[in-house]
Amino acid sequence: MKEFTYVIKDKLGIHARPAGLLVKEAKKFQSATTITKNGQTKKLTQLMMLMSLGVKQGEEVTIAADGPDEDAAIAALKEFFEQNL
Amino acid sequence: MEERAGKKIFNGIAIGKIKFYEKADNKVTRRRVDDVEAEIARYEAAKEEAVRQLNALYEKAVVEVGEANAEIFNVHAMLLEDDDYTESVHNIISGQGLNAEYAAATTGDNFAEMFASMTDNEYMMARSADIKDVTERVVTILSGGNGGTDIGDEPVIIVAEDLAPSETVQMDKTKLLAFVTRLGSANSHTAILARTMGIPALIGVDIDAGWNGKIGIVDGYEGKFIIDPEMPLLEEYFKKKAADDEQKKLLQTLKGKENVTKSGQKINLYANIGSPNDLASVFENDAGGIGLFRSEFLYLESADYPTEEEQFQAYKKVVETMGGKKVIIRTLDIGADKQIDYFKLDKEDNPALGYRAIRICLTRPEIFRTQLRALHRASAFGNLAIMYPMIISVDEVLKVKEISKSVREELIAEGIPVGEVEEGIMIETPAAAVMSDELAKVVDFFSIGTNDLTQYTLAIDRQNSKLDPFYDSHHPAVLRLIQMVTDNAHKAGIWAGICGELGADTTLTKTFLKMGLDELSVSPGCILPVRKEVRDAD
Repeated sequence: MKEFTYVIKDKLGIHARPAGLLVKEAKKFQSATTITKNGQTKKLTQLMMLMSLGVKQGEEVTIAADGPDEDAAIAALKEFFEQNL
Repeated sequence: MEERAGKKIFNGIAIGKIKFYEKADNKVTRRRVDDVEAEIARYEAAKEEAVRQLNALYEKAVVEVGEANAEIFNVHAMLLEDDDYTESVHNIISGQGLNAEYAAATTGDNFAEMFASMTDNEYMMARSADIKDVTERVVTILSGGNGGTDIGDEPVIIVAEDLAPSETVQMDKTKLLAFVTRLGSANSHTAILARTMGIPALIGVDIDAGWNGKIGIVDGYEGKFIIDPEMPLLEEYFKKKAADDEQKKLLQTLKGKENVTKSGQKINLYANIGSPNDLASVFENDAGGIGLFRSEFLYLESADYPTEEEQFQAYKKVVETMGGKKVIIRTLDIGADKQIDYFKLDKEDNPALGYRAIRICLTRPEIFRTQLRALHRASAFGNLAIMYPMIISVDEVLKVKEISKSVREELIAEGIPVGEVEEGIMIETPAAAVMSDELAKVVDFFSIGTNDLTQYTLAIDRQNSKLDPFYDSHHPAVLRLIQMVTDNAHKAGIWAGICGELGADTTLTKTFLKMGLDELSVSPGCILPVRKEVRDAD
């Protein structure tokens, strides 16, 4: 399993539009990908659940990937967060 | 007769019958189904149809209101395609043997409730309405409706608690005179759509269902809603409306038309804006791009220097919303006449000739570099150009470009994406105009700032009203400088435009065409009048 932590910079937090794009990105990989905030973990492929975390600006999240292509998944997700969130 | 005040969203006058609009009440009945597989297939087909409708709405909205505003419909489609939502519907159908309408409505209610309960996150609470909106769409399709929003056969003023963007977009525009709602904000999707569709609209009105069927007047200029108007007033409004319609009709015929003269000469008509909030009027008036985006608002609205990230977000929003259209952003242009406390600028006797604009940027490079980093980063998201104000020499331009280049290289080294960026200058000092042959060799474009150029050329302070009799905005000295700058630009193979007030002066449009200017950037409301003048020219 690989993971990284990230502090959200976007003013609106993980709002609807990037959340939708994030799900699309996560679905590209075979590995199981998750997001954790304050001990709550949700699958990155679940839009509603992801939005229900209500991640705001300045909050820290941990992104993890577990599976055959976890390295590629983590690299892509890291880039996604840096560019969009 | 009754009168209510409201917040105006779009100028215009509408007179007509009031229709009190309530959301199509899909009475969902709960019934048992025998063939759950067939019921799931029926749901899946309805979901596909809903997604297809949402994609079509998205395409429609991209053209009408730009990509960023249209994005809401993409998000709606994604919500509907969400695995948890789908699974919940399937479970209710197969687990309890119930019908698809009931399963979707129950699922929608549950998820909407989940978001509505996120009271510590206002943004997510508001998403509850989005889930209700998409759920209603699927339920309508399942119940045999087309998902459209029928408002009847005669033209009406729609009065409602609130309107969802999908409802606004789908209403038959030929039957829609105006919107009056209690809820909604000036920047809501519905407000933006109303502006784009050119429909008078008021929000924040204390509405009453008892008005249904009465005659109403929406005055989008004064922010008034008059119900059951009496005779002299009604007649007055009929006259106002006729004059208003005449003007609008004239301008509407120009939307989507090229800025081309009868003999085929073309010119770009761009918009001047002061903040991302002006974007709606940019679309409303059909601007070909943004010729001047004043970045000062970021500094004026803030209590301290805006961060790179804050600036980046604002620039990104504008370039993204404009799609591939050009967005020219002017770097910081403040000075002793536009004071900002935290800059701690000294008081000057002669602020117009003082420490301002590029002079501040070149002596306080940390402020300048922050802005340039934000600009270069935003350039990865659209067609962005940077414009430097108050230039007087080639040497200054070289210094500025050197800083810009090092910022860009720094970003590339950090692995941050950047796009292609045109770099140009404002021609607003007589020095820059006189040196324009040399300056043209080191920049990508010129934009003539006629307000300052006129003030400096004529040595007339425009703030001093005593000098009004001496001030001539059509002074031949200024017009000659404009001609000279344009010719020098063309000799070096670059383009020249005007972004000052003179650009919107329709008595000069033909002169500017003759001079060969490539672009005029004017306030959004002036674009269509100038377009008319261009199209009337030989």
